[in-house]
Amino acid sequence: MTFDERMQNVAIIGAAGKMGSGISLLLAQEMARLKNKPENKDKNYRLYLIDINLDHLAGLQQYLRAQLVKAGEKACVMLREMYKDRQDLVENQDCINQYVEDALSFIRTGTDLSIVKDSRVIFEAVLEKKDLKVDLLKKIDNFCGKDTLYLTNTSSIPINILNKEANLNGRIIGFHFYNPPAVQKLAELISADSTIQELKDFSMELAKRLSKKIVPSNDIAGFIGNGHFLRDGLYGLREAKKLAEDYSLPGGLYIINKISQDLLVRPMGIFQLIDYVGVDVFQSISETIDHYIQGEDLKDDLLKKMYDKKILGGQKSDGSQKDGFLKYDRNRPVGVYDIDKGEYKLFDPQGWSGELDKKLGEYPVGFYAWRNLVADPKKSDKLKTFFQNLKSSNTLGAKLALSYLQNSKEIGEKLVKSGVAKTAEDVNNVLLNGFYHLYGPINDYI
Amino acid sequence: MTKFRKKVYLAAGYNTISFGSGRKEFNPKKARPGIEQYITEAGRGSIVQISDPKNIDEGVISNFMAARFCKQGNLAGFIPEIDPALEYKPSTRVEGACGSGGLALVTSMKTVLSDLADSVLTIGVEVQNTVKAIYGADILAGAGHYASERKEGHAYFFPAKFSDRAGVYYQKFGYEPTRKGMALWYEQMIKNARKNPKAQEYHNAIEDLFGAGMTPPNPKTFVENLNIYDCSKVSDGASALIFASEEGLKKLGIDKKDAIEVVGYGQCEANLTKQPEDPTKLLTTQKAAEKAYQMTGLGPKDIGLLEVHDCFTITGILALEAAGFAEYGKGAAFVESGKTRFDGEIPTNPGGGLIGFGHYVGGTGVRQAVDCIHELTGKANGYQVKLNSNRPYAMMISMGGNDKTVTAMIFKKAE
Repeated sequence: MTFDERMQNVAIIGAAGKMGSGISLLLAQEMARLKNKPENKDKNYRLYLIDINLDHLAGLQQYLRAQLVKAGEKACVMLREMYKDRQDLVENQDCINQYVEDALSFIRTGTDLSIVKDSRVIFEAVLEKKDLKVDLLKKIDNFCGKDTLYLTNTSSIPINILNKEANLNGRIIGFHFYNPPAVQKLAELISADSTIQELKDFSMELAKRLSKKIVPSNDIAGFIGNGHFLRDGLYGLREAKKLAEDYSLPGGLYIINKISQDLLVRPMGIFQLIDYVGVDVFQSISETIDHYIQGEDLKDDLLKKMYDKKILGGQKSDGSQKDGFLKYDRNRPVGVYDIDKGEYKLFDPQGWSGELDKKLGEYPVGFYAWRNLVADPKKSDKLKTFFQNLKSSNTLGAKLALSYLQNSKEIGEKLVKSGVAKTAEDVNNVLLNGFYHLYGPINDYI
Repeated sequence: MTKFRKKVYLAAGYNTISFGSGRKEFNPKKARPGIEQYITEAGRGSIVQISDPKNIDEGVISNFMAARFCKQGNLAGFIPEIDPALEYKPSTRVEGACGSGGLALVTSMKTVLSDLADSVLTIGVEVQNTVKAIYGADILAGAGHYASERKEGHAYFFPAKFSDRAGVYYQKFGYEPTRKGMALWYEQMIKNARKNPKAQEYHNAIEDLFGAGMTPPNPKTFVENLNIYDCSKVSDGASALIFASEEGLKKLGIDKKDAIEVVGYGQCEANLTKQPEDPTKLLTTQKAAEKAYQMTGLGPKDIGLLEVHDCFTITGILALEAAGFAEYGKGAAFVESGKTRFDGEIPTNPGGGLIGFGHYVGGTGVRQAVDCIHELTGKANGYQVKLNSNRPYAMMISMGGNDKTVTAMIFKKAE
């Protein structure tokens, strides 16, 4: 079966979740493009979007319509070419409307798994729970053809385990999109030992069609992306707790979030990133990886407490940030959670947080915020100068930042040494493309 | 062509901010002023400069596509909204695509010359940010021949029209020198706009303007031969001024030192259903400029201030050639020579032009005339140029569509 033939009937399980909805959009776009090829005019296309929650499925349909309009607006030059023989489509508006209708026309939503029985490609994007994934994969494979290919979006569970427990005989691969899938250019590709060649080829072609950059990762829990993110986040939590002795826990969290954004020149501080991903998701990643990796403590009591208290971060349905380790106003952090008091302590530049800023010390000469460097063609030189100055600075902020950078580098090197990543370049590529860092963790800056 | 049988003056010019992306205060998600607010702001900005609005005899308003951008027609009916004294006075709306403003000027001028009015309040307006640019492109495509051109046309219809012209021009005169001239045009216009607080690019902070202007075009997402810096932006705004006879100036209490005089003009219309005869030339612009020169006995050597319709950087270069300032094929070199710079021999578009100031389509011709008033009467503030005494005349060229509706006017300071 060719790639295009397989793409005629696709299903996504867990389609209404954060990752599933993005994957749904990407596949709907690719299938609409295929459907509009002259040679495919008479073929039937189906994209089944399955989720357990009907309300979320209704929301998914609205999301897809809105996003398809945006995608059509962006790709209008291509759309006019695609519809050049349709004399009834004259204006951009006509072409965009038609594109949206074309894509939505082959989408079917539902809560009943059995409707996917004719699909030959199944994307799995349900919660990061191994037993749930295995159970679903088994059920689906009972009524789908034995040539059905499975792509799982797991970010941490070994593919060999899923393959074995769901009896898929190598018809599964890890295709790990980054959040949000429609925007992020990166996907990690993880094969099980027995993953069949056709599925590997299919995945590479799919990545090409979706304009995703593939970084291969070996099948070790957490892979590259979460392998680094989890350890980086746990380091941040531990450092914050150390600082709590002198500055209280909210103070420690504030300091580490601040230096991990500003002095590491990252788009977000580490706790803002955990909130963005979701404290519950981060906790789940922690438990999963900790379960599979021996000889390393990959859990954290503060993280668990936050999870138990249901302080979970994540996004509201309108895309705005929910409160987690930090409190947000219009997606900007404005406070930090005080777990002992069960309330948020608002930042106070004239008071406590301003005092902590002073304790961190002046930022070294050559400091630029991430947003000011991201599009700068000379960013490498500027980072080099900045990190040199950081190294010669004697402030508390500089010391904390340098330790943080050193730890991040060690995590990266360990991922290569332990065989998760093939090369340092692969590690750096994941952090550059999946986390929007301006530099890879394995670098010569420090 | 005959001379004017009496003198016609322009005064009391006013431009609103050219609003849209680029302005710090612009947020596409927030409510913005509607077309009536722009008309009244510009109209009132003009009439506060005269003694009493009841002495205005008529109104003319130019606009291109409010019927589609704002679902609003019958725009002449907004003139009495400017001031109660204008209620029941004759008002006329004119349209000629991006050249609408030029038609408003000519209509107002002819009204004064007809002796039926001593003064005319002239407004030009467009509000385009009501729709995203990709849908605005459909609306603006109405400046071409919709029936024969839209279906085959590009998603970005007009950028593609001028991209096609640029492509042929590159082939004939070389890509590198032309691209360089276009990038320099962009740089000059943005530098000018940074002097003009009402310009859309007033807040532009790009360090390397020339480098931005040299960005290679990307036909996958835009057009073949132009980059986004080659294009004027989507703008909301309005301009207003008053045309008056000698008698009109007196009635309105306008001192001649605050007025400029129309020395001559040229107005040309080309067949909308036909493609350009030679894409490397703006032939209609050329004919309009020639008419204006013929009527006045003047030539490019007499012009010390130029306002051209640079909807695209390539159009600015083609206009310099069409109006006789640069030889055919030498427009880019002319820009490179520095003559069009703010401190050059013939300062061109000192307020930023369409690239830098913005392009509220149906109002741009009026905006060009307002800038001529401001420059010739010494009221241009931050973007005031020093006029060469050997070149005391200002020329403006308003162009609609793909060089179809063109008005050229030559002014001098009133005496």
